[in-house]
Amino acid sequence: MKHLLDIKDLSVAELDELIAVANDIIADPRKYSEACHGKKLATLFFEPSTRTRLSFEAAMYELGGNVLSVAGANTSSAAKGESIADTARVVSCYADIMAMRHPKEGAPLVAAMNSSIPVINAGDGGHNHPTQTLADLLTISREKGRFDHLTVGLCGDLKFGRTVHSLIHALSRYEGVKFVLISPEELKVPSYVKAEALKTRNVPYEQTTDLSEALPSLDILYMTRVQRERFFNEEDYLRLKDSYILTPEKLKAAKADLCVMHPLPRVNEISVAVDSDPRACYFKQVLYGKYMRMALILKLLEVKV
Amino acid sequence: MNIDSIHNGIVIDHITAGNSMKLYQLLHLDRLDCPVAIIKNAQSRKMGRKDIIKIDAELDIDLDVLGFVDPGVTVNVIRDDKLIEKRSVHLPARMTNVLFCKNPRCITSTEQELPHIFVLTDADTRTYRCVYCETKGE
Repeated sequence: MKHLLDIKDLSVAELDELIAVANDIIADPRKYSEACHGKKLATLFFEPSTRTRLSFEAAMYELGGNVLSVAGANTSSAAKGESIADTARVVSCYADIMAMRHPKEGAPLVAAMNSSIPVINAGDGGHNHPTQTLADLLTISREKGRFDHLTVGLCGDLKFGRTVHSLIHALSRYEGVKFVLISPEELKVPSYVKAEALKTRNVPYEQTTDLSEALPSLDILYMTRVQRERFFNEEDYLRLKDSYILTPEKLKAAKADLCVMHPLPRVNEISVAVDSDPRACYFKQVLYGKYMRMALILKLLEVKV
Repeated sequence: MNIDSIHNGIVIDHITAGNSMKLYQLLHLDRLDCPVAIIKNAQSRKMGRKDIIKIDAELDIDLDVLGFVDPGVTVNVIRDDKLIEKRSVHLPARMTNVLFCKNPRCITSTEQELPHIFVLTDADTRTYRCVYCETKGE
């Protein structure tokens, strides 16, 4: 049995396979509408989330399966002090697969170590969020038609932004990819991410604090929100939250085929006036996320269609 | 200085001078009832100075701890006054409850019963990372 805890768990071949299945679902969704009939997905969300939980649930329903849902630590046995290990053992008795979001880093790994069903990490604190990366990769694949020879700008909170770390790991495996890391000094990509993903593979990257200067060279701009919940100190959050705001004026300097992405939710880092720009891909990204989660559920449940 | 030779037990030799007390604590040798001798700054042709620990009982030594703290040590097993085995240690690939994760966001910070597991991610820099949150072990 296999889990998905970290995007690094998937080989390039497995990623290609998931993307191929997602594309097939997009082409012919009816073919998959009963693929998971009689199967149950448990969604255990111990941290607030709207789109990820809904995306998992929509994915399972569109595969003809059912969903058991726990939303929030206050409404679950975690409020009574139950350990993650025990929760995983109990849920294994009810469901065929589980998706877990937890504020503490490594919680889904603890679940996987004690579960008898596949566990999907739906976000563990600031650590990993592999299914968001799957959504990001399908977006890039469909919008750019390739993963290689791209200049990828990552902007905003690159320190606590788990989607950023996973995307760097995933894209650094492709030839000719170059990263431009745009962030305030305090929110730079951690050195261990750079060491493991970029330096060991000799992937070129540059670090800057200036979004406008970096914009013209980019094929992809991945914006992120400065997340209040990752800060222990409110003052630091307030000082850094408005570091970068993408506006139509700034986009004038960008390439005509730039792909603007964002894992959402957006606060104010992308002006709503950008939404009507054809280069804005972040709502398509949400839809692609559902298709990739469908492909992932099929793979982990070993369902062939 | 005379220290009785060991009839049945363990001699941890070639400890880098100054490391013996650290090993004494990490191996929990203070909990033993048998005689334990710590020899500090002994002369060594190879090392100049070295530390040695002699334990007058046969027990399972945590080789992972030794490999992590001082990969150059050798472990000699003595039985009936004879050296029956010489074990060398290596940097362990995985360690349990030797390093402890200090990341307040790690699941180990709230689930106290979880073992603290670290894996070797870079042998050149001797970097270990928490298996749960990937924080570097200190």
